[in-house]
Parts: sequence; structure tokens; C-alpha cells
Amino acid sequence: MVRNLFAFLAGGLFGAGLLVSGMVDTTKVQGWLDVFGNWDPTLAFVLGGAILPMAIAWQVAARRRTAVLGSALPEKPDPRLGHNLVVGSLLFGMGWGLAGLCPGPAMASLSFGGWGGLLFLAAMIAGMIAAPAVRVRVDRLASA
Amino acid sequence: MIGTIPQDWIWGLVGGLMIGSAAALYLLVNGRIMGASGILGGLVDRSGWATAAERIAFIAGLVAVPAVMAPLVWGHVSTNISQNPAVIVAAGLLVGIGTRLANGCTSGHGVCGISRFSLRGIVATVFYLLAGGITMVVFRHVLGVI
Repeated sequence: MVRNLFAFLAGGLFGAGLLVSGMVDTTKVQGWLDVFGNWDPTLAFVLGGAILPMAIAWQVAARRRTAVLGSALPEKPDPRLGHNLVVGSLLFGMGWGLAGLCPGPAMASLSFGGWGGLLFLAAMIAGMIAAPAVRVRVDRLASA
Repeated sequence: MIGTIPQDWIWGLVGGLMIGSAAALYLLVNGRIMGASGILGGLVDRSGWATAAERIAFIAGLVAVPAVMAPLVWGHVSTNISQNPAVIVAAGLLVGIGTRLANGCTSGHGVCGISRFSLRGIVATVFYLLAGGITMVVFRHVLGVI
């Protein structure tokens, strides 16, 4: 129960941050990606601002055995890159540019995103369902 | 000095600090990496059903807090999303497939990965920024569809 409460609080603070930073506005995200248009650097401030407390948190985590509620802390990052990381990130970046939404803001804007937001969420979930089949094909291409 | 910095940048920094604090809370209290695509994706493909309650609680907060906050603070908030259903569907499919193949998105690879100097997080971020930038050039400046 306490785990779920803190998960709710973390999700809520994440959503509030996405709202305050303007990252639920697709024009701001596209403005950042559109280097040859009317470039909007806001996203750099958001990412920089977000990395700062998280970098401190990783330092704190390195000095602890477990998280506050007792579960194990995440393992060290996997050093292997692999083709799925590259192919997946390229596909994600394309979709991110096309609509100006990534998964966090897509969920955070559910209440005010209108039909466009709902359609995006439905397509994103469909993509997540299709992903394992796509992964098999990418693996086959990579090993060919 | 402060007056010369655009308001949007300051709010971006403030919101960013909130996002990073949320990720720090989720890491240090729950022991989890705050990745939006992973939290939802684990529910969608059942790989994360062992921790379903925690995932659902996170998403509930992510949806509910902006739902209450947006009308109270700003009155009306718009995502200004495309009005073209084909663009929206293509974008959603690409984001869904891509984040699951790459095992992360802007929050997981970007915020949580870069902050621990994860090579995977840095490489993923370079490639999705690159693809996003090229997409803007092709679909906005060449084809003019977005």
C-alpha cells in the first residue's frame, strides 16, 4: 500500500512537472526538434533541470543497499548497446517529431488532450503490442 | 538579468527539476527507474504484471494530478496536437514500437540514463534526437505535412 502511495506521488509530481515545463505542448517539443525553423530551446532547460536531482539521487543510491521501502535498487546499466537500442530509438524519434508527444506527456495530457490525444495513446499501445513481432524481424535482419 | 531570460525557459527549468525530483523519489523510495514507456509497456505486454499495482498507481498519479491541476492553474491547457489522424496514428505506432525496442524513452533513457552516465541512455538519446530533427526537416520543411 505504501509502495503504491509513493508510486502515485511520483507519477503525480512527474505529471505536474510535465505541465509546468510546457512539455505537454506538442509545439514546444517540435519547436526544439525543428533546428532549421523557429528553434525553441526550452526542452534543454527541462532535460537539464531533470538530470540534476536525478544525478544526486544516483549518488545517494550508490551508498545504499536497498531503497527506502526495502526493495533492491536497479542494477548497474547494461554496457551492451545492440541494434534494437539504435533502431528503436530512431523509430521513437520519428514518432516523437511527427506528433510532438512522447509516452510521459501522452499519459499526462489524457484529461485535456481531446480526441487527438486519445488516438495517439491508442496507437502507442497498439505499437507496444506489436513491438515483440517487430523485434523478431529486426533481429533477423541484423543477423542476416 | 533574470528579466532577460524568457519565461518559458525558467518554467522549463522549474518543471524539469520537478520531473527529476519525481524520478529521484521513485528510485530512492520504490527502488524503480521512472521510465514512462517501460511502466506502461510492462502492463501492455504483461512482462510487468508482477508489479502491476505499483505501475497502475504511478500512471494514476500521472493522469490525475494534471487533470486536477491544469484547469485550476491555467484554466484551459491544449496539447496543440496535429489535426491529421494519419499523422497521429503513424506517430503513436512509431513511439510505441520504438520505445519498446529501445527499452526506454525520454524519461527512462534521457532523464534516468544520462544522469547515471549510462552509455545506453546517452546513445538512445542521441539517436532519438537525431531522428526527431531529421523528421522535422523532412516532414515540415520538405513535405510540409506537419
